[in-house]
Amino acid sequence: MKRYWNEYQKKIADDKFFYERSCIRQTFFPGSEAAFLKMLREELGKDIYDEANQHTCTGIGYHSDIVPLQTTMTVVARLFALMTEAGYENYVPSCVTSFGVFTEMVEMWKHNPELLEKTRKILYDTTGRTFEIPKNIAHPSDIIYKFRYELKQKMKYQLVNRFTGKPLRVVEHIGCHYAKIFPKAGVGNAEFPYVLAGMIEAWGGEVIDYPERRHCCGFGFRQYLVQENRGYSIANSKKKFESMEPYEPDFIVANCPGCTMFLDKWQYTIAEMENKTYDKNGYGIPVLSYEEMAGLLLGYDPWKLGLQLHQVQAEPLLNKIGIAYNPNEKFTGVSGKILPRPEKPHNLLV
Amino acid sequence: MDGKIISIQVAIIGGGPAGIEAASILSRYGVQVSLFEGESKWAHNIGNKFKLFPDFSSADELVQTLSQKIVENQIPAYLSTKIVALEKQKNAWVLTDEQGRSYVADTVLLATGYDIFDAKRKEELGYGIYNGVMTSVDLEAMLKTGKITNVLGEQPQCVTFLQCVGSRDEKIGNHYCSKVCCVTAVKQAIEVKKMSPQTDVFVFYMDLRMWGQGFEELYREAQEKYSIRFVRGRISEAASTFDDRVQIKAEDTLVGQPLKMSTDLLVLMVGMEASCGTKKLAACCGIDGEYGFALSKQPHLADNQTAQRGLFVAGACKRPMSISDAINDARAAATEIVEYLKIVPANKK
Repeated sequence: MKRYWNEYQKKIADDKFFYERSCIRQTFFPGSEAAFLKMLREELGKDIYDEANQHTCTGIGYHSDIVPLQTTMTVVARLFALMTEAGYENYVPSCVTSFGVFTEMVEMWKHNPELLEKTRKILYDTTGRTFEIPKNIAHPSDIIYKFRYELKQKMKYQLVNRFTGKPLRVVEHIGCHYAKIFPKAGVGNAEFPYVLAGMIEAWGGEVIDYPERRHCCGFGFRQYLVQENRGYSIANSKKKFESMEPYEPDFIVANCPGCTMFLDKWQYTIAEMENKTYDKNGYGIPVLSYEEMAGLLLGYDPWKLGLQLHQVQAEPLLNKIGIAYNPNEKFTGVSGKILPRPEKPHNLLV
Repeated sequence: MDGKIISIQVAIIGGGPAGIEAASILSRYGVQVSLFEGESKWAHNIGNKFKLFPDFSSADELVQTLSQKIVENQIPAYLSTKIVALEKQKNAWVLTDEQGRSYVADTVLLATGYDIFDAKRKEELGYGIYNGVMTSVDLEAMLKTGKITNVLGEQPQCVTFLQCVGSRDEKIGNHYCSKVCCVTAVKQAIEVKKMSPQTDVFVFYMDLRMWGQGFEELYREAQEKYSIRFVRGRISEAASTFDDRVQIKAEDTLVGQPLKMSTDLLVLMVGMEASCGTKKLAACCGIDGEYGFALSKQPHLADNQTAQRGLFVAGACKRPMSISDAINDARAAATEIVEYLKIVPANKK
């Protein structure tokens, strides 16, 4: 059967990356970005630059109509200036919203060169900086996808249930800003995106194709940022959970900060509101970032990956794969300090 | 035919209804014609159908009647002979087939027809991915078996049609209407109801274009007699359900509400695209128009002529067309060719 996504392959640079971190990811998935840098540097031997003077891309403000377009362009231009000054040409934004913002600004400049010139002038007048447009903009999930077989060579575990020998059944969820703004900017386009599915299949798992696969995760800036709209947010997540539940997923993997966070946290809220969990045993469905998924299979310590900061706890999944972990170190911080233990939810088992 | 160049007065490329009808008419005028068809059957697109709109006459019988015309008029006709190149050399047209054989013709009629839109290009509709999603062509094949079944081989509870798949679609790049899908869906919906009266049948449409004689009446009959439900709205995506049915999402634009439902079969009404042969040969001769269709000289008074002397066009190689329109167009093209042969002596072409 012909799968048209094969024609939607995008160009992803090989090496020499400029990394831009996300505003929120280090809070919710504190080990993901560090794990990505480690994988690129230590597993793949790539050059990736982690700039200390970086700042927001304005994405949340931009999509909420708080930050005007020209401001976003200038802020993006300053980030590109940091890349240019560091001597890099391949831009890698950690967050899919940043990825969408950068792709959109570059596309806008292509069609409206006068906006590019205006932005160059504003940036120079205000900061004295100049910039080059990146030769390649790729999301970190693109890069992991590109090198998925190289990483597989180094992996200690596979996405296989060690008790049954069967592939783990995985729900994948792509952030809207990864492929829905510019479908051709994503591996596999917007309808059957392959960036995460390709990782899952390469690493031994099975992708679940459930009816609400393409439905919104429930984040959506306007749904969440406006408090009165949060009912829409949880309703969307609930719709997805109900749709995936009969397939009994072993875990969910996502490539967007918002999707990963909301698919995780709303499980707690739904359990509190309706005493409903979406796995048979009452623990909920673990939600991982793609770096966490790759990191676990590479044998990275689950607690250094930050899995204890997730709402749905990962131990049942770790046991299924057979990943070694020390339960006593779960709440030991990187400095060795014992962290306070979170309260136990009423309904969601941990 | 091997080893020599065959000289022909009029070469007709394409053995569909337009090509066969034009060959038949020209032959009756005493013109020497040869007919070339790349497929192994005459009028294969009609042969894939069960019954024809608006009278539910048999498609096989029409193919039989058309094929009979070739025999009755003793027309030299070549099946499985795909013409891959067409070139004007001095006063003649040189045709080359896939095996490298050449034919020289004074005049050429291009009747290379259409191809069905490849529904896999609309990935969101899941054709080739989900078992319950089929095209209108697949449904004709099922209708020919005399039985409508879901993927489990049982009588379906629900069959849903979606219009304009690959037509009037900016995302795909086909801005045109394929013209025949609206009434084909009405015809097929009635056929499903006749075979399986208990099945609920829905048709999702943008607007229903009942342009031909008897079409509007058929549409009314579908609603009043067969209780087929027509919903104005596009289906945005299809997905498989846990029990191997198809979940669809759409907007009912008359009610102004989003809609989600499950169906056993989702039938995609696939439109027409310029056939590979049309695209290739029209481009060879510099008469390639929009979307790869062949371009006639003038839409009102010279719709069978082209910018090239001695090269004529007929049927769905120009634009989407019904069978009866293609046959009428072929008759018009035959008249044009007879006129052309009369007024242009052989040495002036």
